[in-house]
Amino acid sequence: MNLQPKRIPVGGRIDRSRPVEFAFDGKKLHGFHGDTLASALLANDVALVGRSFKYHRPRGIFSAGPEEPNALVTLGTGGRREPNLPATTLELADGMAAESQNRWPSLAFDIQSVNGVFSPFLSAGFYYKTFMGPTRRAWMFYEHFIRKAAGLGRVGTDPDPDQYEVRHAFCDVAVIGGGPAGLSAARAAAMAGARVHLIEQDFLLGGQLLSERTDGGAASWLATIEAELRGFQNVTMKPRTTAFGIYDGGVLGLVEQQGDADPDRAGAPRQVTMLRARSIVFAAGAIERPLVFPDNDRSGIMLASAARAYLNRFAVLPGKRVVVATTNDSAWRAAFDLAVAGAEVTVADLRPAPAPFLLAEAARLGVSVRTGARIACIRGAHRVNAVTLAGPKTQADIACDLVCVSGGWSPTVHLTSHLGVRPIYRDDIDGFVPGALPAGQFVAGSIAGQYATAKAVEAGHRAGVDAATFSGRSGPTRAPAKFDLRDMTSKPFRDHLPACGKAFVDFQMDVTSSDIALAHREGYESVEHLKRYTTLGMGTDQGKTSNFSALAAMAALRDATIPDTGTTTFRPPYTPVAIGALAGRAVGHHFKLFRRTPMHDWHQANGAEMLGVGLWMRPWFYRNSGRDVNEAYVAEMRMVREAAGLMDISTLGKIDVQGPDAAIFLDRVYANGFAKTPVGRARYGVMLRDDGIVFDDGTTTRLSEYRFFMTTSTAKAADVLSRLEFLLDTTWPELRVAVTSVSDEWAAMSIAGDKSRDVLSAALPGIEVSNEALPHMGLLESAWQGKSLRILRLSYSGERAYEVYVGASAGERLWTHLLSAGEPFGLKPYGVEALGALRVEKGHVAGPEIDGRTTLDDLGLGRMAGKRTGFVGDVLRRRPAFQAADRQRLVGLECVEEGKRLRGGAILFKLGEAVQGHGHGRITSVTYSPTLGKYVGLGLFAGDLAIEGTEVLAAYPMKKEQVRARIVSPVFLDPEGKRLHG
Amino acid sequence: MLRIECPCCGPRDHDEFRYGGDASVERPAHDDPDPGAWYRYVYVRKNPVGPHREFWQHVMGCRQWLVVERDTRTHAIASVSFARISPT
Repeated sequence: MNLQPKRIPVGGRIDRSRPVEFAFDGKKLHGFHGDTLASALLANDVALVGRSFKYHRPRGIFSAGPEEPNALVTLGTGGRREPNLPATTLELADGMAAESQNRWPSLAFDIQSVNGVFSPFLSAGFYYKTFMGPTRRAWMFYEHFIRKAAGLGRVGTDPDPDQYEVRHAFCDVAVIGGGPAGLSAARAAAMAGARVHLIEQDFLLGGQLLSERTDGGAASWLATIEAELRGFQNVTMKPRTTAFGIYDGGVLGLVEQQGDADPDRAGAPRQVTMLRARSIVFAAGAIERPLVFPDNDRSGIMLASAARAYLNRFAVLPGKRVVVATTNDSAWRAAFDLAVAGAEVTVADLRPAPAPFLLAEAARLGVSVRTGARIACIRGAHRVNAVTLAGPKTQADIACDLVCVSGGWSPTVHLTSHLGVRPIYRDDIDGFVPGALPAGQFVAGSIAGQYATAKAVEAGHRAGVDAATFSGRSGPTRAPAKFDLRDMTSKPFRDHLPACGKAFVDFQMDVTSSDIALAHREGYESVEHLKRYTTLGMGTDQGKTSNFSALAAMAALRDATIPDTGTTTFRPPYTPVAIGALAGRAVGHHFKLFRRTPMHDWHQANGAEMLGVGLWMRPWFYRNSGRDVNEAYVAEMRMVREAAGLMDISTLGKIDVQGPDAAIFLDRVYANGFAKTPVGRARYGVMLRDDGIVFDDGTTTRLSEYRFFMTTSTAKAADVLSRLEFLLDTTWPELRVAVTSVSDEWAAMSIAGDKSRDVLSAALPGIEVSNEALPHMGLLESAWQGKSLRILRLSYSGERAYEVYVGASAGERLWTHLLSAGEPFGLKPYGVEALGALRVEKGHVAGPEIDGRTTLDDLGLGRMAGKRTGFVGDVLRRRPAFQAADRQRLVGLECVEEGKRLRGGAILFKLGEAVQGHGHGRITSVTYSPTLGKYVGLGLFAGDLAIEGTEVLAAYPMKKEQVRARIVSPVFLDPEGKRLHG
Repeated sequence: MLRIECPCCGPRDHDEFRYGGDASVERPAHDDPDPGAWYRYVYVRKNPVGPHREFWQHVMGCRQWLVVERDTRTHAIASVSFARISPT
């Protein structure tokens, strides 16, 4: 059973041998391969397709393209549910199940259409006034109901099961639009030898030519040029693909639709392509404008060009008794074609005297004509069944089942404006065309106001040649075939806006002419204000059909010209693009890359709770050490202080610095000197920024006369390397130094604690690690299992400690070897939480203190620089503001209240002072110290108040906590350094 | 997306690069003790409308620091060269 009441038996670009079954709101219907969902619905005489955004007005199919404001449907099930898809661009797929939107309980009977009754309250500025005025309280109550009533489709809440692809592509010439101008441009550029991408949103090439009869010259011209293009090896045809944005550097964002392969995914994007084109031809065509009259949104009213597309391309006769209301010549073509197809047609042309050739043709085809007439009134509740025409001489009621409208054409300038080029108004076509485009961008066809097909083809050819030449390809070309197509274009006649009734300007956002008048009365005259006040053009269709009518209306109200009124700003995307498609594979686990140390797998297999530190994954604590992080870190600290612990420090930045001037270079980049560092010794160093603030710290070891091994903090590794390269490249090219990252080449582990030397001796029997052979800050180079080995005696925790570096591929082996050799000594691994706590006890500054605001003096490190000069940041660190007495300096803090704790981030006040504002400082790092049996911390506190022994108040308003703390030396443990030197 | 024609690696997307700020300011000598000179170098910027010389580093490629001449109105890039001037 394949009953399609409005289908014509012959013609069109549908394949009658391939019937397609689909469902709309559960009802089984039939169409053909080559249909869109919209054309198949029309063939089945489904007039009512959705309800409108605010007023729940019944809506039908208005256009035949991506500009569709009304016929939005939902496709897909579960996580594939995709709302707000224009039925006019959906390729009909076998088994497709579409749902109408914003209706309850059913499309035909919608309870919320009473919103229409309350519509005076839902006018422009409704939300604004409700939020701001005395009605704010009422809003709290009504919000739920209004939010539920207003809107379009509902998205699915399940995760999307599909994976999307983002591709990167390159070409010489990108042609946007596969109509006559675009086809001609692609052909010319291809002949000239350019690699061409031809981008067409539709699943067929041809543009407006597809709306011509399939038995005429247009169709054969199209077939010829398409065959020609397919013959080129250097042309990539991209149908079903929309260029949604253009970005700097000739980068186009393209989104390709699935097509009809899978009905559940028919509305889903297939892939996004970022296409880098040397030059671009915009041949995006034009969009027909509606007319604004009362109830112009009624189902059964459509653009004249759409009616013609449905008739000639899809073999659907959308109406038997048709009224064509127009202000220009182009709509007459629809009238004539509909008349030839057997419809009874009346043309109501607003112009008093249409061209004689139109009148003659109308007479020949039996089309009745009313001149100077406009539609005054629409009859029919769910779909139009009659119109009242009014003119200077006539007033007539005409029964009809289809009204075709045309208010002229608007060039599709959107994409050409994305880079900020304002479109310019052209009076002769009463429309906006692209402004002066940057070099390498060209326009052709209707987008440039060249509406006549022959002219578009010619302009396309020229643009194609120019674009190819710009891209460096200029082979010989031949002009394309000419064909005879009678074009009927004219400047549209502008109508005034109706004063009463619901005359829609923006169908999708339910913005009427009276909303625009209201915005004008209330002072929102600028188009950008108008847009935001009325929500005009903010729908998923981005106001493709409404923009010009609104501008014209505002211009009339202001008594200004259109160019003076201006347009709103066009921004990407041209059509909605699913976020999933843009994300591609960068979702979930792959959202951002993360880095693993060589011992990562071991940590995971041995109970480490991992923590993301920048891009790195590091062990936070080991679950064997305690039930939670608080218990574990204290146990791990105790282990280090009493026996020994092993820590993965492979994440440290490691930079190899080589060259005859390496020592001079380090002297300039570090605040403390390195030139005198003996070979085989390490030194702690601090780098400043040019503005005198501390940049990073780390240790650098002299491996030989001309070679140093630098380590940086994990967080700043990339920044430090880049900065060193900057200084060598741009400032000191005379220094013979090369820097190279060796971060990934070395696995690194720190073994800390009283027993650390015993562990090393046991683990590496051939290597002498006595205090004499390897004193504090000493270096030992050796090999282990054929891999390079470096042992540096450095301490971060304050205990005797060694940093052991080995070739990355041997990292896990050495790690497990050290652990088993250390087992008799109580050696176990510890995580970054314990590491951070150990350094707080020792008073070492780290990220929370080196926060991009502190100087050497602030951190108590001023003596490191001493009297040195000539290093980065030296001059500006001495500026007077940094010497102020109340400048916040590093202090130690200990909790003096029994049973209470300090918190990082707490604000510090003087005792007895009002707890408000920013206080005199803050706590930066906190730990419970098992050695001292209390909470201790580091903080920054006003230097003039920071007297050791003074009590201060630490306030933590987020938790409403206030606790007393005492200012003490920041070094809580072993200030003489006996442990690390012993 | 800016496309930067790296003199070593060819035209690449800007996300392979790290921005390094104004290349027209002159860095004082490392031992220049004049606070005014350092103040001007660190803080004083012209913020021009139009052509602007700026540093970019090709961090995901050759790691060379480059001087890019970019129009701040259009992002059009007029020239790209190595920042390093080898000592003669």
